[in-house]
Amino acid sequence: MTAELPPGLALQKVDERIMTLNVGPQHPGSGHMRIVVQIDGDYIVACDPDPGYVHRGEEKMAEYRNYITNIPHLERPVIHDSCNVLYPYVLGAEEILGIEVSERAKYVRVIASELNRCIYTMYWLAIYGIFLGHSTMFMWPAGDRELLIDLMEKMTGARVTHAHFVPGGVRNDLPPNFEDVCLRQVNYFEKRIKEYAAVFYDNPILISRTRDTGVLSRQDAIRLGTTGSVLRASGVDYDLRVKEPYDVYDELDVHTNVMKEGDSYARSRVPWLDMMESCNIIRQALQKMPKSGSVRTKLKPNPKTKGPETVYKRVESGRGSLGCYIVSDGKPEPYRVKMSVGSFRNLIALPYLLKGEKLGNMPSVYWSLNYWPVEADR
Amino acid sequence: MSSDSEKPTADAKPEAKPAAKPAPKPAAKKPEEKPVELPAFEKGISDKLVEKFADKVEVAFVKEDRVRINVSKENVHEVAEFVRDGLNYDHVESVTGVDFPADKEIEVVYHIGSYSDSSLGRQILVLATRAPREDNPIPGQDSTKLPSLRDVFYSVEFGEREVFEMLGVYFEGHPDNRRLLLPEDWADLPPLRKDFAIKGR
Amino acid sequence: MLKDLVTPENANVFVGKLGDILEKAIDKPLGYAINWGRIWSLWPVHIETACCSVEFGAASSPRYDVERFGIIEAFGSLRQCDLIVVQGTITRKMAPRLRLVYDQMPEPKYVIAMGACAITGGLYFDSYNVLPGIDGVIPVDVYVPGCPPRPETLIQGCMLLQEKIKRMKARKFV
Repeated sequence: MTAELPPGLALQKVDERIMTLNVGPQHPGSGHMRIVVQIDGDYIVACDPDPGYVHRGEEKMAEYRNYITNIPHLERPVIHDSCNVLYPYVLGAEEILGIEVSERAKYVRVIASELNRCIYTMYWLAIYGIFLGHSTMFMWPAGDRELLIDLMEKMTGARVTHAHFVPGGVRNDLPPNFEDVCLRQVNYFEKRIKEYAAVFYDNPILISRTRDTGVLSRQDAIRLGTTGSVLRASGVDYDLRVKEPYDVYDELDVHTNVMKEGDSYARSRVPWLDMMESCNIIRQALQKMPKSGSVRTKLKPNPKTKGPETVYKRVESGRGSLGCYIVSDGKPEPYRVKMSVGSFRNLIALPYLLKGEKLGNMPSVYWSLNYWPVEADR
Repeated sequence: MSSDSEKPTADAKPEAKPAAKPAPKPAAKKPEEKPVELPAFEKGISDKLVEKFADKVEVAFVKEDRVRINVSKENVHEVAEFVRDGLNYDHVESVTGVDFPADKEIEVVYHIGSYSDSSLGRQILVLATRAPREDNPIPGQDSTKLPSLRDVFYSVEFGEREVFEMLGVYFEGHPDNRRLLLPEDWADLPPLRKDFAIKGR
Repeated sequence: MLKDLVTPENANVFVGKLGDILEKAIDKPLGYAINWGRIWSLWPVHIETACCSVEFGAASSPRYDVERFGIIEAFGSLRQCDLIVVQGTITRKMAPRLRLVYDQMPEPKYVIAMGACAITGGLYFDSYNVLPGIDGVIPVDVYVPGCPPRPETLIQGCMLLQEKIKRMKARKFV
């Protein structure tokens, strides 16, 4: 009897039980990418991430623009972290063009980059909340990040796409009275994010959903070359602000947050701890910053390079180490710009984390990787 | 192999030698001018490499926190193994392909870092190798091939896939040389090659 | 006479004609009621295409709160949705998927092109993988310029769409 039924209805052999499922790109739990998962019942047996839905060819476009006109489009991969994503490019361009940056500009950069890190992380946290069905955790961070966006708007003139860092410093000086407003907002912000512990991080439902899911061991985190909060949640003490301080980070006291567990919970907690550290850094920077002085070394519209050179600069962004490899052949345009982004490097961990997990845990594991698809695709 | 021909001319002195040919002009100039002020720690790394491989490895530059070596494609696997086992580097940060139509070569650059050895925390070892380039590429089937480093450094997996689709460099030994970012129906030249012109430019 | 007119063969034609006459009679008030219902419950489909989704998310946040204008936060199942907000760049890989999503949505459906990239390609006008605007893929109702548009701009775009729906014929879709 069974044999006469069409193949779809017949009982299947054990190895045919495995079903392939497309998650995304239109799916509330996937973002701008597709994840092909093979499931056996409720358990994921294999996973194949398929990025590239926002691949816009930034690296090719960079070869056709000079070092200044590259700025606006190179910050678009992560517009809510646009200062950090531009940082390594600007550092590299400064070395190639041979420009010195004033002390005050360096501090302004540090403040802008830390504020941006908080803005990015709050957005990430809001989406993490909505992925887990925790609406309050969408509303709170999405509302609180507007405070910092106001600060950035005051400083740079734009809500998210600042284009504030330029080779030679920053575009504009701080507005009058910015230090006081910034200090007040940051203090309030820090007080506010501490309250998230009660509603989110100590929430037994969150803990039971994310504890011991998607565990990434220390060896695997190193072997897979993950970075940022994913790496630090697996017990590796590595933060470029401490290890390879750029600009004025060596004058500031930066503490690295490390957790041992390596599960989704640890990965979601480390960025939150990092935000508090960012508040500390901003306060220190506001105190140590020279109160006046130039913030920008003026450049000609089409600046000359020193000559053929290759540089690789990296900074710690909201998603981890972000490197920029620039090959210059002496022309006003870069010969090749390569961005080595944290999201792309963390993506490789996804198949390893999802194997053996339940399908229902996929959104929490996926988004705990601190992944921003637009950045990974570039 | 065109990348071999420069080897004999390069001497083993790590600091003084500009990359005679393999490094594009970029890497070549700096170290030659003032070989005296080389940072000691980075020099130690390059010395170890030169000691082990002699003239198989050519040190393009030794700068603060960055050491760049150029290796021919026959030796890149062996050198990478030594970099991992002997020098304690443990992950690759980025895999970059750079097209040099004038040299008829495509350069693949690995930026290698270390998490487990804290003294190497700020160091990046730049390992560059070159593959022959063809004017009419058939990705995967022409001579533009390199040995994959995936069995040495696990973290190159997606990076090498990206270089394959963006420049058409096939990595032999990579288990998964599929397309990653480009659309499934992409039938044009690999886009990051210099002869792929974007519209309007 | 009616018996001659209505045979079993043409009965449903007759009923249909009767329905048309009835509908014409109440078209205006009914259409107004239907449009009123559509205006205040626009359900955007949950499809992010590029970086403008950050500002789309911000528009649903407590400060901007599009829900008070009847635009409900992005929702999972596209079978219940009637609005696509195309949030930025459409690449060549995404375009077939966008069309697939659009085709699966039930009528009536509306499209807002958000951001310069969705309108003309924007900053990526010379990129090899970006479509110069989405008009070739799906029909667009409202264009919201900006790179990215501020949440207020998006809200204004949504209100323009509501104005447009108010003046649309509801019957076309009934």
